[in-house]
Amino acid sequence: MADPDRPPAKDTPPDAGGAPATAPAEAPAVPVVAERGAPPPPTGLLGFLVRHQAIVVPILAVVLAFAIGAILIRAQGFNPTYAYQRLFQRSFLTEGGLLATLQKTTPLILVGLAVAIPLKVGLFNIGGQGQLMAGGIGAAWIAHSLRDLPVPVLVIVSVIAGLLFGAMWASIAALLKTTRGVHEVISTIMLNSIAVGLIDWLINGGPLADTSQVFPTTHAVREDARLLPLGVLPWGLPVALILAVLVAWMLKRTTLGFELQTVGRNRFAAGYAGISTTKATIIAMATSGALAGLAGTLELLQIEPYRYQSGIAGSLGFDGITIALLARGNPLGTIPAAILVGAMRAGAPSLQFELGIRPEVVDVLLAITLLMVSLPVIAKWIFRRHTAKQTQLAGSWGA
Amino acid sequence: MEWFLRNKVWATTALLVLVAAYAFYFVNSNIAVSMFSYAWFLAVPLVLGAMVGVIGERSGVVNIGIEGQMLVGAFAAFFAAAATQSVIIGVIAGALSGIAMGAFLAFTTVKGQLDQIIAGVVINIVATGITSFYYESGKTIPRGLPNFDVPLLSKIPLIGPVFFSDGPIALFALVIALVLHVLLFKTRWGLRTRAVGEYPSAADTAGINVVGLRLFNVTVAGTLAGIAGTYLSMEATSTFERDMSAGRGFLALAILIFGAWRPMRALAAALFFGFMSASASQLQASNVVDIPQQFINLLPYVLTLVVLAAAAGRVRAPGAVGQPFVKGD
Repeated sequence: MADPDRPPAKDTPPDAGGAPATAPAEAPAVPVVAERGAPPPPTGLLGFLVRHQAIVVPILAVVLAFAIGAILIRAQGFNPTYAYQRLFQRSFLTEGGLLATLQKTTPLILVGLAVAIPLKVGLFNIGGQGQLMAGGIGAAWIAHSLRDLPVPVLVIVSVIAGLLFGAMWASIAALLKTTRGVHEVISTIMLNSIAVGLIDWLINGGPLADTSQVFPTTHAVREDARLLPLGVLPWGLPVALILAVLVAWMLKRTTLGFELQTVGRNRFAAGYAGISTTKATIIAMATSGALAGLAGTLELLQIEPYRYQSGIAGSLGFDGITIALLARGNPLGTIPAAILVGAMRAGAPSLQFELGIRPEVVDVLLAITLLMVSLPVIAKWIFRRHTAKQTQLAGSWGA
Repeated sequence: MEWFLRNKVWATTALLVLVAAYAFYFVNSNIAVSMFSYAWFLAVPLVLGAMVGVIGERSGVVNIGIEGQMLVGAFAAFFAAAATQSVIIGVIAGALSGIAMGAFLAFTTVKGQLDQIIAGVVINIVATGITSFYYESGKTIPRGLPNFDVPLLSKIPLIGPVFFSDGPIALFALVIALVLHVLLFKTRWGLRTRAVGEYPSAADTAGINVVGLRLFNVTVAGTLAGIAGTYLSMEATSTFERDMSAGRGFLALAILIFGAWRPMRALAAALFFGFMSASASQLQASNVVDIPQQFINLLPYVLTLVVLAAAAGRVRAPGAVGQPFVKGD
């Protein structure tokens, strides 16, 4: 999002069939439009908006969602302006609230990336939730069973365990896709449910349970191995920010990134050019699994009570989908999107305590935001024929 | 005879399963009836969900949002019934909400050409958000949908008590699979639907209104998802819980693929799923094996992955599924 040089059309790969080759011989300076008979790019304000629609559309979607949300809040008998004010005051202007916002933002950036990377390859990873849980439980297991190691080593080993467990969980879906053609949307959703059940067994009387506690949980992470926040800054946030930049760099500037994007734009052309779609699928899924696994690990190491409990994942994995689509699949775009979602999630409890509005209003707001950002209608209404093409994923359906 | 030769494998399997089921029935009729009833009880929403998928995908539209459509159906049915204290209004509300959800998918994907997978995932997330926001605890409905015995048919040993002594939606699910099979393979609508799903531009050339038919089919299919939801909140139970569809919409998709996009095979596949879960529960309840409850609950999901991995390469999706149709493109 922060790179204005980049034409927005590049962010959304065209559909698998590719654009018809009727574009003029010399590429236009702003290749927003790839449709036949398209009018020349507009100038002036509209031209500016068209060139930056990767930013304009999400912002508009958020504004519209908040407007619709305001109507819903009003319908419940509350003052929407006041509610929004309280929500964001709490999440940005109080010390505890800001810490909570940044603590939520950290895993959200990571799960947002976990959805955004496969999108570039033409895969829709719905399994961020399960991958996050797998990473979290893996880290909890290692952090407890190797608790006698020196602290820095213990933290590093736990993080690696989280990365590996997340990557492993996502790789199951990747392998099912590449060897058996099982669609990743179904397999990752099933793996989410399987992760929930397996972990419930592990921590509820199973081998990883801390039976001294009344509620199902793992053992707590050793006290000196916990990543306590530095003021309002959680440890994981800089890590997540660096990873977002790294992913953006990888996709844009490296051979691997070029291969991944090529597969996403046209897997047949990629195959013809000697790029392995199998390799791209596995790398993309394993990387996103590792990122989601890291999110789970950070939830374990830097959030009270430093144990793996059943509610630890919340709805992080699904918020990751909203974030990735809000960012239009752009890795750097996941940062502002994650901050927005993080602030809403962190401020939600205060709505309940102070105003009596149910915190689920945030779920509705996020759902409407997702709806608004993914409906091409809004973009079409403003940009008409200059609308950048949306991601097409559904073509690979079926066995 | 010709039919038998064309469907050798399926007919033989069905016959063997029937024989095995009756053998079981004569060994222990009580357990057999309760197990098969439970299997059918679990299979009903899967059958209805799979039919939603059959109609959509046969016309070329992937529906990942069955889960969300079911959830909204369950929600609308339950709370409409709770507000009016009328079971009938609940059922109508469930079906209507299904139409609305179907229409949403139809218009965004067929008219708006939003990616079908994204549209479905959006439906699921929106459904979860809306139903948890408007959820109110402590509401009750006067009663769930009543069971009744179909005359004559309910007297058949085993099949009678399992299939024909049931609530109205369970019976509807059985009938709709049969009806849809006939509609899809024996009528003009079915031929057109399949043409639109296999090769829309050819269908268009032949004068079929591809966009219109897709819009109609996906919208109407939504009704079935709404009814499946109604089954969950008003027939299987008499309550609504958050996320009560619990992945059934996705299991239905697996069943659809396992059933090779054919209604009757999907019905059989749903029964197979139901039966596997019922047997696992039975094994656990009778203390034959000590399986943790969580593993029993996991079974359908693992089974889905196994079934999908096994079905790959053996079944073929409709040719144009997932692809938006643009006239003249």
